[in-house]
Amino acid sequence: MPMMQFREALNQAMCEEMQRDADVFLIGEEVAEYDGAYKVSQGMLAKFGPMRVVDTPISECGFAGLGIGAAMAGLRPIVEFMTFSFSLVGFDQIVNNAPKIRHMSGGQFKVPIVFRGISGPGQQLAATHSWTIDALLTHVPGLKVVVPSTPHDAKGLLKTAIRDDDPVFFLENEAMYGNRGEVPEQEYVLPLGRADIKRSGTDCTVVAWGHGCLTALAAAERLNQLHGLAVEVVDLRSLRPLDEESIIQSVRKTGYCVTVEEGYPTCGVGAEIAARVQEKCLDDLDNAVLRVASLDVPMPYSKPLLNHVVPGVERVAEAIKQAVYFQP
Amino acid sequence: MGKTKERQVTTMVEQSQRIEPSPSQLLDWYRQMTLIRQFELRCAQSYQQQKIGGFCHLYIGQEAVAVGSLAAARPSDYIITAYRDHGHAIARGTDIYPLFAELYGKQTGCSHGKGGSMHFFDRERNFFGGHAIVGAHIPLATGLGWAIKYRRQESVVFCYFGDGAMNQGAFHEALNLAGLLKLPIVFLAENNCYGMGTHVQRASAVTDLKLRTGDAYGIPGKDVDGMDCPAMYRMSRAAAEYCRGGNGSIFLEVKTYRYRGHSMSDPQKYRTKEELAQYQRYDPIGRLEKQLKDQGLLDEKKIDALHHEIHTRVEEAHHRAEQDPDPELDEVWRDIYANPFGPYLS
Repeated sequence: MPMMQFREALNQAMCEEMQRDADVFLIGEEVAEYDGAYKVSQGMLAKFGPMRVVDTPISECGFAGLGIGAAMAGLRPIVEFMTFSFSLVGFDQIVNNAPKIRHMSGGQFKVPIVFRGISGPGQQLAATHSWTIDALLTHVPGLKVVVPSTPHDAKGLLKTAIRDDDPVFFLENEAMYGNRGEVPEQEYVLPLGRADIKRSGTDCTVVAWGHGCLTALAAAERLNQLHGLAVEVVDLRSLRPLDEESIIQSVRKTGYCVTVEEGYPTCGVGAEIAARVQEKCLDDLDNAVLRVASLDVPMPYSKPLLNHVVPGVERVAEAIKQAVYFQP
Repeated sequence: MGKTKERQVTTMVEQSQRIEPSPSQLLDWYRQMTLIRQFELRCAQSYQQQKIGGFCHLYIGQEAVAVGSLAAARPSDYIITAYRDHGHAIARGTDIYPLFAELYGKQTGCSHGKGGSMHFFDRERNFFGGHAIVGAHIPLATGLGWAIKYRRQESVVFCYFGDGAMNQGAFHEALNLAGLLKLPIVFLAENNCYGMGTHVQRASAVTDLKLRTGDAYGIPGKDVDGMDCPAMYRMSRAAAEYCRGGNGSIFLEVKTYRYRGHSMSDPQKYRTKEELAQYQRYDPIGRLEKQLKDQGLLDEKKIDALHHEIHTRVEEAHHRAEQDPDPELDEVWRDIYANPFGPYLS
């Protein structure tokens, strides 16, 4: 199987879908002539021309709305936000218009659109630029939220998202664009709402997604090396729809559950998972569900402070040890 | 604004003056405006009886805007408007029965009782809503315009909003995109003088609205008398042709006035009775009625018959809607996703 970067996998997914369906187009800041702020859309302008790879002014409310209107008229836009921190300028469009028009029109209009871009703290960009937007978006009925952790998943999920008839938010991570992974040569798609067990184990369930999943896998590996613990990592891949069944199944097996996210703990996705786990399988739990998240503070600029706020391998490993009452 | 654009607009205005509506068109507009007014009067009554919930923004006084402009729209054109949307839906041809049913929150409503007064939609007639956040639908209009351009269609978007929406960021972002991408959109600012209770002079740094888009966004602006249905038709038709000709967007400042409050719950302390009376002298229905009488196309007898016919139609539709069943409670789970999924369906 060929190896490729995360950004190449995303690029391939978009190109394949644009070749397959003439209604699909990409729009956003610097996606065309600049070849993408993070080079995700590299070469696409040359391949598809300016009607299908469209540069916009810095105008998130405007072009998010343009995408939604185009989707109402039957096109299938992919709207790139340079980061989801900027999507907040167009928040009304993405949480009001995108998810509610189907409902308010009694199903007369659908909004088949993908919003994709970076979610998560970047490299020392300080508080306003460092949103992990996962929980904010997952809160909204009518939206779907997808957060891939590997190039393989990214490609298969993005293709599905583009074909989906509902608004899908596809959350990427700056630190992961250069990550390499195996991607099949033949065409494939992956369903939304189906978690993937990225590492099997019997001692503790760790529920994670996106970049947090990589941190969780590294922590699981370390605990295995150091202490022989067998940690199971459930990669959710999409937060809405949420694969509750896979989480519950894993917790039934291990008896322990830790959630890992780069967003905030208060009303976070981990809080939602903890609530569901105790509702559905309290008797299988041998300890409380523990949440690992960013500290509940605005994201600082200073590198040591930033690294203190965002959960790293150390903090996840400690939480797992605490969850399973680990005694050295 | 460049010289070429100025010339194009002059040509557009000249063309508009040469458009002469036929007697049957005039009669049809008179009928439509009367229907809208009687629909709205019935809404007011039902709202006061607390049979209609939510916010209810009446279109009384502004009927000529929707009727005159939409007479210039082709079935393939796209229509999108704000929350004061009853008149536009009716003028676009949506039957009043599913509209009444929507106001009553019934299953038979155009949105199965999930949209209400501010969110009328009619897919079949390319009526894209009914949008309640001030200005938020204007970016959607650019998407409709983009879809037309993308598919190389000849259609045009008619995008309506109030003077109040012109101070929202969404308006400016949308107009910039429309100007930049040369999208086929007729922007109609229904300047009824008030954004809720705040006069346009207290809300806009530049109150001559038609001047606000030309230099800023390369979208020429013209004003038009929104109390004059034939004038609305002429200017809208010329404006639509301007857009169909690949010239990009056009902006119309439609000077109009609403007789009722912003919504039904507005005590209207911000204006005098005299001001209202002054505008009512130019009532769009009365004006057209006089013209039709002068031309011998209408007389008192015909007017009475027509009013009676419309009154009966409104009462029947209203009565039928009122008798319709409420939605089943399961309806809340419908029309959220293409394929409902768990566990949100718990």
